[in-house]
Amino acid sequence: MQKLFSVPDTDGYYGEYGGAYIPEMLFQNVEQLKEQYLDIMSDDSFKNEFNALLKDYVGRPTPLFHAKRLSEKYNTTLLLKREDLCHTGAHKINNTVGQVLLAQRLGKKRIIAETGAGQHGVATATVCALKGLECIVYMGEKDMQRQQPNVARMQMLGAKVIPATSGSKTLKDATNEAIRDWINNPIDTHYIIGSVVGPHPYPDMVARFQSIISQEIIAQLSSEYGVKSPTRVMACVGGGSNAAGAFYHFLDQPNVEIVAVEAAGHGVHSGMSAATTQLGVTGILHGSKSIVMQTSDGQVVEPHSISAGLDYPGIGPMHAHLFSSGRGVFMSATDEEAMKAAFEVSQLEGIIPALETAHAFAVLNNMKFGKEDLTVICLSGRGDKDLSTYMSELKLKQS
Amino acid sequence: MNSRIQHLFDQHPKRVLNVYFTAGYPHLDSTIEIIKQLDASGVDLIEIGMPYSDPLADGPIIQESSSKALSNGMSIELLFKQLSALRSFTSIPVVLMGYMNPVLQFGFDRFCQEASKCGIDGLILPDMPVIEFQRTYSSVLKKNHLNMVFLVTPETPEERVRLLDRCSSGFLYAVSSSSTTGKDKDFSRVEQYLSKLKSYNLSNPILVGFGIHNADTFNAVTQLADGAIIGSAFISILTNKGVDPATINDFVKSIKGN
Repeated sequence: MQKLFSVPDTDGYYGEYGGAYIPEMLFQNVEQLKEQYLDIMSDDSFKNEFNALLKDYVGRPTPLFHAKRLSEKYNTTLLLKREDLCHTGAHKINNTVGQVLLAQRLGKKRIIAETGAGQHGVATATVCALKGLECIVYMGEKDMQRQQPNVARMQMLGAKVIPATSGSKTLKDATNEAIRDWINNPIDTHYIIGSVVGPHPYPDMVARFQSIISQEIIAQLSSEYGVKSPTRVMACVGGGSNAAGAFYHFLDQPNVEIVAVEAAGHGVHSGMSAATTQLGVTGILHGSKSIVMQTSDGQVVEPHSISAGLDYPGIGPMHAHLFSSGRGVFMSATDEEAMKAAFEVSQLEGIIPALETAHAFAVLNNMKFGKEDLTVICLSGRGDKDLSTYMSELKLKQS
Repeated sequence: MNSRIQHLFDQHPKRVLNVYFTAGYPHLDSTIEIIKQLDASGVDLIEIGMPYSDPLADGPIIQESSSKALSNGMSIELLFKQLSALRSFTSIPVVLMGYMNPVLQFGFDRFCQEASKCGIDGLILPDMPVIEFQRTYSSVLKKNHLNMVFLVTPETPEERVRLLDRCSSGFLYAVSSSSTTGKDKDFSRVEQYLSKLKSYNLSNPILVGFGIHNADTFNAVTQLADGAIIGSAFISILTNKGVDPATINDFVKSIKGN
């Protein structure tokens, strides 16, 4: 059988990346999930409830918007997949709706999650409120400071937000704390990982829940543009969930170019970066083998990005495989370039993107577009949560 | 060839005490001093933790000690240097505990060769998948005469306990409850679980870890298991009193008796 880029093998490997490198204390939980996720997801009652919530609660399908002024600037056609219009303001809720419904079917009463920018935490807290489940969100102390509006949103939704105070006090450490919580609460708790990372089956499960993004893109391209596929799809990548969703149905169509944009922070080689594929080597982080930023002694390093959602020293195993196999083109954008792109998208299209998303737009300058190309960019989230960062940039411009 | 661990259990010892400490903690060069003092105070087996930035299976006390050890400058490279003369002064069985990532960076084959050269007897790598062990790593360990210790928990079904027992050599590590190290336990449930494990008649001796911190807990679990592992409680002693021979001796005696 032809190996697919979109789906791992039965042990959860995409090429050499993936698997389940977990302590025995997590084995039963992960095994239960592995044995049941595909059955539950293909069950009609699950599919009906999932699709109904995506439609009526999340607000799907999200538009595929022709960004005319931006297209004009780059002399091509740029289509924006408007995940920022999802309820709670980002694509993250596609996955949390799916996993909460799945957790209910597994008989779990208590939901835990990690969050970086807070979008996944908010999306988890939201669906837990909807379904009346207890919700605990781990968030790096540093991220809690730079994403305060999202902390407030989670609390208003009834979730308990617990600061992760170890290490770099960001997403990596919040993930460690969430995993520890799961180890300590093995019976009643489901851990909703927010990205395509973690032990198998998480990367595959999250990618499948997010694959609604590319599924809609295909339908929209067909009905609105009369084509089956775009020239290329672009997305920002931290762990890589919006990218996995936007790429998913195109990964095994070799004619579609896949472009992933990582956060270069102050610059790829500045020592203050989160461009994992450029700086990392094969390693194990949070339960799977992937590309990991680490020292020569195998200690995971503390990355940097202005955007909390991309501030992660690893990358999903699917993306590691896209990178190492050459299937995907990997680019990176600095903090400054992302900031500039955020203002450009805001002022050309009237859409304020999240800082994470802005990275995908920040590389447009460095790309060669054909006039006839159709490029889909995943506009993964809206920028309200980043206003304080944007406002300090505005003040700098004005002074 | 039997390892020092197997030799230890061949003598049918009662109440084996395995003490864990983190290499490079409290000071970069504490490793050898701590081994000598544990050996002198009557510990049966020593488990040396290789510090890691993201120790998922450990609780806050061991994580703190790992962070400190790393900031002290500890590395696998340095640990092997420190342990190079280990067998010139002690014959106590020693196992290394750590996480897969640093070991893979060091190179798994090279790691096993170096460990074996130092006279290390076995490894505990909690995040090593059984399937990878069977496919890749088992033969490397065997070639270097290293035992491999897998963990089981109260949630592990019998069939898997037996699989992990078959993959293990030296001993099997019974986690007293599904939880990270250093938390207090309800011991009646632990007793039930240990009785169940005992009834399986496994091929390896069973050492119980997580939550064993004093004579009471040690005595309770060693009624049903071959021994126990103390980690966080010993790290706390090092944190509070430093590497002090009298304190370490008193601590070990307080648990094991005289």
